[in-house]
Amino acid sequence: QKVSVEVLDHLEHLALVDFRDSEGVERLQKAIQFADQLHEVNTDGVEPMDSVLEDRWCLYLREDDVTEGNCIKELLENAREKVEEYFVAPPGNIPLPKLEERDTFLQGS
Amino acid sequence: AALKDGLRSQTSAALKEGRVTPTELCQRCLALIKSTKFLNAYITVAEESALKQAEESEERYKRGQPLGILDGIPVAVKDNFNTAGIETTCASNMLKGYISPYNATVVQKLLDQGAVLLGKTNLDEFAMGSGSTDGVFGPVRNPWSYSRQYKEKSVPKSHSKDKELNWVITGGSSGGSAAAVSSFTCFAALGSDTGGSTRNPAAHCGVVGLKPTYGLISRHGLIPLVNSMDVPGILTRCVDDAAVLLGSLAGHDPKDSTTVQDNFKPFELPNLTDVSKLSIGIPKEYHAPGLSSEILALWSKAADLFKNAGAKVVEVSLPHTRYSIVCYHVLCTAEVASNMARFDGLEYGHRSDRKESTESMYAATRREGFNDVVRGRILSGNYFLLKQNYEKYFVKAQKVRRLIANDFVKVFRSGVDILLTPTTLSDAAPYLEFIQEDNRTRSAQDDILTQAANMTGLPAINVPTALSERGLPVGLQFIGRSFQEKQLLTVAKWFEKQVQFPVIQLEEVKRHDNGVFQHQKSASFS
Repeated sequence: QKVSVEVLDHLEHLALVDFRDSEGVERLQKAIQFADQLHEVNTDGVEPMDSVLEDRWCLYLREDDVTEGNCIKELLENAREKVEEYFVAPPGNIPLPKLEERDTFLQGS
Repeated sequence: AALKDGLRSQTSAALKEGRVTPTELCQRCLALIKSTKFLNAYITVAEESALKQAEESEERYKRGQPLGILDGIPVAVKDNFNTAGIETTCASNMLKGYISPYNATVVQKLLDQGAVLLGKTNLDEFAMGSGSTDGVFGPVRNPWSYSRQYKEKSVPKSHSKDKELNWVITGGSSGGSAAAVSSFTCFAALGSDTGGSTRNPAAHCGVVGLKPTYGLISRHGLIPLVNSMDVPGILTRCVDDAAVLLGSLAGHDPKDSTTVQDNFKPFELPNLTDVSKLSIGIPKEYHAPGLSSEILALWSKAADLFKNAGAKVVEVSLPHTRYSIVCYHVLCTAEVASNMARFDGLEYGHRSDRKESTESMYAATRREGFNDVVRGRILSGNYFLLKQNYEKYFVKAQKVRRLIANDFVKVFRSGVDILLTPTTLSDAAPYLEFIQEDNRTRSAQDDILTQAANMTGLPAINVPTALSERGLPVGLQFIGRSFQEKQLLTVAKWFEKQVQFPVIQLEEVKRHDNGVFQHQKSASFS
């Protein structure tokens, strides 16, 4: 089955990355087709594997002691827009325009 | 010392005895980098800082206090490792101009031991690819394209222009690092390996490519692709050198909680003479569709080599092999989707001029900063992670991952010590032919033999084995048990000694290497 335009639109919203053109959409279709082969494997009773190191329990917590930091200057160096010690972002809480109003390839679909 | 020497055996000794100085070594490498610029192996050459490091190393040698074997040794680092004060781009517009404020742990370790950092090497954008052809700085050319061995085998063309287009790829994604080591511009290079990105270019460029066990070497500072599979990779000209690098890089890092806490002891490789106690497994499923008859024959010959030397060679089965690449594809894109979310233009990297809203700024930044390959993987990954798909794809893939890992456990439990497989399906393809297929298709084809080691976390190494009919390198892969690098490298070293892989014959190197060009010895220095 082909992926619906609603799902494609939803993906562009979630990923904040665009499909760009029909090739981009085709790419996704092929990727899904490829992944579908997984369903040929019988995984009844098999636990999902998060990490190859699961037997070693090496994900540990350390003491909450400050061991490094105080590098505001270095961290701000790479930001383009900043004010005092803040990174500056455009206004938030404004959702991306709906499909009809957005400049996206999907509009034509 | 010649640029071709092994670290432990020759170069280190030469430095200690003053037969060559670190600055001489550094200058030679820098000159060679300049004259091999057409390979496009380096994105950034840190000439000033390298010379400074070389001078400091020289001072230490004069005082008789070198920091160790790596003191004064020129190295290169793939451009997806953070290097303080040096641009780190990941070959992407997203990070063009980004100057890291810190060194990746592995980079810091190299510098702490006096290694001289020559520069950052080229790769596929964000390490996504198997050709080193998809970065914003252009493709990397395989040095063997310009070797006498390849030229002799090429069909003579009438136009010299055609010869220009004949060049072959390095493989990827650590192609720049592999090319740098292969063309003698450095003694060792760091790559990264998520699906084969160190071993694949190592095979195509005729160098040793080691993927250590997941959790052995710190990933802190390695810009992540797939957190559960990424490892720093080591590229050198001989197995002994890989052991040296491993010794200086492995060990627990408090800054990377996925590194194991066990004490790691650096080791020297013994010269194995008796292989009769060894059991080599040949996984039959690795006779994959598309495997060239040449490589199949070489693989068979290698198995015979072990058999004739007294080792036990058995055919084994890894039944889920053909699903490995599919599983990898799902898990990889899912983790990539998550890892790439950090690139929003706010704290670092490219930032779009859009100001209407945070979201539109993010979207435009990512639109402008990422290439098709990266965007494609992000979108696929997000698809597999959708609520309605999570169980069907992501969790399913995690379950298949366990089945794949179990396949290997079973085989190693049955008494097999090391697995022997091909590394690639064929020798390096010409660039023009390679780009006929898209990145995802190529990666799916080329990663088939290498990515299972990433899925399972096992250590694996490519050892250059022989030249193909076209005069290009072909390597074979050894896969070992978890954290048993010493055994893996010992066997690899024995094999390297048996096959006597030829040294690449490059005009440029001849000019810069005043000294040891008398014997056309192999790359194994025993």
